Amino acid sequence: MSQSLPPLDDLVACHHCDTLHVAQDLPDRARAYCQRCGSVMMTTQSTAIARVLSLAITAFVLLIAAISFPFLALDAKGLHNTTSVIDAVLAFNEGYAFPLAVAVAFFIIIIPLTRLGALIYALGPLARDKPAHAGAKRAFGLAEQLRPWSMAEIFIVGVTVALIKVAGLAAVTIGPAFWAFAGVVIVTVLKDQMICRYSIWEALEQQPD
Amino acid sequence: MQVFDLGSTGTTAGLITARNAGLVACQRCGQVHAIGTAYCKRCEGRLQSRDTQSLQKVWAWLIAGIIAYFPANIYPMLLTNTLVEHSESTIIGGAVDLMHHGAIGIALIVLFASVVIPIGKFGAIIYLALSVQSKSARNPHERHKAYELVEFIGRWSMIDVFVVAILSAMVQLNTVATINPGIAALSFALSVIFTMLSAQSFDSRLIWDADKP
Repeated sequence: MSQSLPPLDDLVACHHCDTLHVAQDLPDRARAYCQRCGSVMMTTQSTAIARVLSLAITAFVLLIAAISFPFLALDAKGLHNTTSVIDAVLAFNEGYAFPLAVAVAFFIIIIPLTRLGALIYALGPLARDKPAHAGAKRAFGLAEQLRPWSMAEIFIVGVTVALIKVAGLAAVTIGPAFWAFAGVVIVTVLKDQMICRYSIWEALEQQPD
Repeated sequence: MQVFDLGSTGTTAGLITARNAGLVACQRCGQVHAIGTAYCKRCEGRLQSRDTQSLQKVWAWLIAGIIAYFPANIYPMLLTNTLVEHSESTIIGGAVDLMHHGAIGIALIVLFASVVIPIGKFGAIIYLALSVQSKSARNPHERHKAYELVEFIGRWSMIDVFVVAILSAMVQLNTVATINPGIAALSFALSVIFTMLSAQSFDSRLIWDADKP
């Protein structure tokens, strides 16, 4: 059967249902779907890699700001408490809740930073038409693998819920880090929408290892 | 965005899968190889035509997730101390409190994220696993949608854990009011993580294998 097929390098299989398609160059701003299960297989945008890279750098800088500045301030009956994202992580640092502190730190700080760092490392040279760094493929693979575990956007919704819960108890002021975090969420969503795994893997493949 | 059809292989015989063609495809980057190849030449990922242990892993993580979900609902999620009272609230209790505050929309979000999504996810994964086990060829499109939904929505159950983290960090006003996390926060986080691992272990290609001999 395989004799009748085009060369293997021209084929692309759907990662969800394994159906074979013949890869081809798409016109700009087009999107190709799997014919059987309907998953997105490729998207094109001639400047995609440069844009994904610039969004990743933006998100990285914003995330650093979100971690370092005060996040929320609380005032009640003359008492004042300022919270940073680090404090939210350390809230679980006592006793049985310690593993939870580690998990929250991973979900909202370590994994998002690792993902963005790996993406910048893998795509940086490509955007400047330079040969990729050693291990760029592994870095991009890692960024993809960590995707479901990066939970910054969920954290933001959680903050909103928490604000409403304490609204009756005390006066809450939103700090600069909150807006930085909201920015991270928006930029990350844009970036993930734009990324075309297929073309990035192809670009990385053409690099001498 | 323009929708573009990729040419399919086997135009007369209908669509064929990489496995039917005696090939193995990389799930990360789509590159196709001769069957038996161990690593992808493009992205260096490990190749596997079908994950034969997929269902075992799905069931194992799922059962762990369901077990952790019980203490998450029975034990308190939040321990609140104010000058006048000490109170403990469970997941459901917290949502009911929100309703009393008049924040019905938010209460519904919390209920949806911590009750409807987890239970719906358990049901969906059980259904997917059973249908693959019985080699059912019925409505693969619906099952595929269910799988994508479970993968996409699973992470959102973490909202409640984050709410507890933020509240406990923020409300530390010495004697006036303090909020601390309860043991249920830990069990709930574990339940969400286990269920996410269960959904990730599911090999969606198995859904589509049943309609091919």
